[in-house]
Amino acid sequence: MIRAIGQFLKRITLLTAVAFGVAGYLATGLDERVRGIDSGPWGRTTKESGNADLPAVNPGEMSIVTVTVPPVAEQPKPVPGASIRRLDDASVERAIAKFDAAMATVWKESGVEVASEADWMTISRRLSLALVGSGLPLEEIRALQALPAQQRIQYQLERLLRDPRHHDYWGERWTRAVVGANDGPFIAYRRRRFRLWLSDQIAANRRIDELVRQMVTGRGLPTDRPEVNFLTVTMDSDEQGQPDPVRLAARTSRVFLGLRIDCLQCHDDFLGNASLGDNGELREGTQQDFHSLAAFYSPARFNGLQGIREEDHPYIYQYLNADEGVAVQPSVPFKKHLLPTEGDARQRLAIWLTHPENNQFAYAIANRVWALMFGRALTDAVDDLRLDQPPHPALEVLARELVDSGYDMRHLIRVISGSRAFRLSSEADFEVTPNHEANWSVFPLVRLRPEQVAASVIQAARVKTVDRDSSLVVQLQKFGGINDFVTRYGDIGEDEFEQESVTITQRLLMLNGELVREQGDDNPLLNSTSHINMFSRSDAEAIENVYLCVLNRFPDAEEVAIYTDRLQMNTSDSLDPKDGNGEADQQQVVGLTNPQATDQRQKALEDLFWVLTNSSEFSWNH
Amino acid sequence: MTQPFHCGTRAHLTRRSLLQTAAGLPFLGSLAQTLAADAASPSADPARPKSVIVLWMEGGPSQLETFDPHPGGRIGGSVKKIQTSAPGIEIADTLPQLAQQMHHGSLVRSIIGKEGDHERAVYNIKTGYRPDPTLIHPSIGSILCHQSDFGADIPRHVSILPGGNPARGGYLGAHFDAFKVYDPANPVPDVQRRVDDDRYDRRVQDLLEVAEARFSRRRLVDLDRQKTLHAAMTNAALTMMTSEQLDAFDVSKESKSVRETFGDSPFGRGCLAAARLVEVGVRCVEVTLGGWDSHINNHSLQSGACATLDPAAAALIAELKARDLLDTTLVVIAGEFGRTPKINAAEGRDHWVHGFSIMLAGCGIRRGGVHGATAGDADLNPDKPADGVSDPVSVADIHATMLAALGIDHGIELQTPIGRPMFLSEGNPITALLNG
Repeated sequence: MIRAIGQFLKRITLLTAVAFGVAGYLATGLDERVRGIDSGPWGRTTKESGNADLPAVNPGEMSIVTVTVPPVAEQPKPVPGASIRRLDDASVERAIAKFDAAMATVWKESGVEVASEADWMTISRRLSLALVGSGLPLEEIRALQALPAQQRIQYQLERLLRDPRHHDYWGERWTRAVVGANDGPFIAYRRRRFRLWLSDQIAANRRIDELVRQMVTGRGLPTDRPEVNFLTVTMDSDEQGQPDPVRLAARTSRVFLGLRIDCLQCHDDFLGNASLGDNGELREGTQQDFHSLAAFYSPARFNGLQGIREEDHPYIYQYLNADEGVAVQPSVPFKKHLLPTEGDARQRLAIWLTHPENNQFAYAIANRVWALMFGRALTDAVDDLRLDQPPHPALEVLARELVDSGYDMRHLIRVISGSRAFRLSSEADFEVTPNHEANWSVFPLVRLRPEQVAASVIQAARVKTVDRDSSLVVQLQKFGGINDFVTRYGDIGEDEFEQESVTITQRLLMLNGELVREQGDDNPLLNSTSHINMFSRSDAEAIENVYLCVLNRFPDAEEVAIYTDRLQMNTSDSLDPKDGNGEADQQQVVGLTNPQATDQRQKALEDLFWVLTNSSEFSWNH
Repeated sequence: MTQPFHCGTRAHLTRRSLLQTAAGLPFLGSLAQTLAADAASPSADPARPKSVIVLWMEGGPSQLETFDPHPGGRIGGSVKKIQTSAPGIEIADTLPQLAQQMHHGSLVRSIIGKEGDHERAVYNIKTGYRPDPTLIHPSIGSILCHQSDFGADIPRHVSILPGGNPARGGYLGAHFDAFKVYDPANPVPDVQRRVDDDRYDRRVQDLLEVAEARFSRRRLVDLDRQKTLHAAMTNAALTMMTSEQLDAFDVSKESKSVRETFGDSPFGRGCLAAARLVEVGVRCVEVTLGGWDSHINNHSLQSGACATLDPAAAALIAELKARDLLDTTLVVIAGEFGRTPKINAAEGRDHWVHGFSIMLAGCGIRRGGVHGATAGDADLNPDKPADGVSDPVSVADIHATMLAALGIDHGIELQTPIGRPMFLSEGNPITALLNG
């Protein structure tokens, strides 16, 4: 269906497009002289969360300051209110300084060389991949170029934090973390509902501790109370159609505590993998630790009319080598003094989990935010923050910031994206080894997620931002294209941050697959290769525009030379010398004067699009 | 820097260059070895490596309408039973052709599972482990590829008509995931060049010599081999695209009479392709057939699915035998669980994990054997659902048995990426079913 629409659109001629005034619209994004940073999609008002922004932040520490968008000479219609409100610069700067100091100590102690700072476009691409899951649209790059260099990253960051694409993308990422990637039980689980709810919470920048409390203590029907799906996703026939306390305990410990204690479900720890207890009194974990945690969820029972409600339902478990099952009382595996005595079981658990003195919660959340930003956690696994190992000093800083900011996830994003570690280059003058990556003294190379690859291909094929305001055709293409692509590329499910190399299947899909062909081919109405061919004023500019669209950087002189040759080779191959077309013509907007040459140049640009989307520079974050 | 682009890019991507790039790669180590063996002696035929073909019945086939019928009683439904070519074994009349191949294999009729939800049960049967949020276990085909080095130009692990959860490499790595293909009536996806050869070669040249060369400059030392495998896998993909072994996917190369025996269905063509793939060195092929989730109109749905399964599975076993491949190829016919003895109000059967069946054939599996039984007149006490099952076995036991048939020690302990020790299988082989 989507392909058919694409085919149909492809047949619409350039003439029609021009007649409808599309040409001017398309040219906007290509033109280095930006018409207006706050006109067009990049500047459009998003679902602004200004008033709802950080409702619970400690007001004593924070104040609002303004980043003023500088006047742009050619801005036709300055939009009132173009400024972006954001948290107090000083508190963010202080946090960044603490974070940088912690990292600097690590670098010094490990004796690694540190790379220099990457250029702004590389950092912008990282931000875009992390926050919205695709590379930058050309129009965004052009808009950022119009700003003073030192303001670009911060401006982009604040824009993206308020961009619905970010809320949707992080909604899905967090959904995977807390309920998984599968569809789950048909009757009582609504994954989409849960994801949209999370997106809305992220848009409103709700406190993350509140969200967790809401999930853990959820009551009602999963259709009516989206947070309840956190519980109902674990219902299966093995538990007589009731939420499974064992799976909920495993999820709780991994996502909200950063502890992998699942092995304790079946046996006591004998490998030293699951130390529990408190500082100075750490001990090997026991089966009882795990099942006492599970017991908090036992009273959460489901019925079709009321959904989840709290019932008197003891947790019975037969321990290994025991003769019979026993009623297990709810308890927590460390910091028991933080567990309230009042309230029902899940309320007590929720308060204990998110207690400001329960460091594990802050570590777990901060580490996941770090992993979402870098594509790789600060620790080996995002959910393996062992009690018997000191946390990474930088994680310590982030966790403190999270608690002190009132569990403000955006604050962490600002700190991380402002940190030196996030801005380091992945290139260096010294020999880069895995040790440098392990110590974050160069930006680590991380393979893009399948959705990021697909979304970046689709975005690279558009001059404008692909978002909720894009045309229906583009949105359908994006939706269908990403789904098909991810299915074939291999969905990595919940393994959000596994470090894998590329596979043959993935390479074949990029080399010969439908998505890259469809997005790279000549399509005057939709695709960037066609727009670039039509509107670039020279071969060099055309090459530059393809590089910006696909890799979000300028080509170097060597690359321009190589591909200028390619473009001209195609053109001169195809032109009959008797026509008298000389070199000078080729440097002009060839396409508008010679259809044959346009066609040949189009092919060369499609080739370039193919080469760049197939490169590891494209499919790895760097 | 501008070079002539007709430099014969494909010539750069010969077997020799692949041998060089492939050294040390888990996926291609075997390929390099095989190619090296080929190069040394084109006709060399070392002991044929063992392979496995999994016919995956997605949705949960009813044991009562396939391998464990109990006609006439309370639970039997409308099915009848028929004699098979194996003395003493009777199966449902929905599988008359497969019945004639039963002397090549064995049945297990007493599997007790613990997962009644489709997704979790699929995971359980395909990996031998219950879902664990901290890691993904590898499927049987991934284990085989990991444990045994022989291979082919084309991926050694293939899933034809993949359903919702095709076989994965799990903690062994994504490069052990099954390569997914669809109805063999259509070309293999993504192996055809989208532009003419000259243009394609120029693109590949620019990719490897310009783009990749630049990206690896000043970055992580030995980037491609140590981390991305980008160029190595690109070269492997290009090799696959030009490999004659790709023909194994093309069932139209078989005679009409052979094709007809498999049945005119995507699944039938998938089974024929599976035999051809094993013949060229593919180690595991999974072929999926859906349509078994018969919560309503059980008999009609099961009969319909059996009508597709029957000719294809029977022809597969016969064809493997005819090609002298059955002794080294394990054929497994299984789904995620069985179906309830009780027929529900909608004439359907629901999910049932307390005594269901699978069939194993070839490759060291006893011929004409049966392990376990369910009672046709079981009490069906809901508190003791497995009471009528004799010689019960676990899902892990089935995996241990398959591994044993494939010559792999199920007790081998691997380290997951985070250093967690993990047995290939935690079950025990059913010795009575081995050494046929």
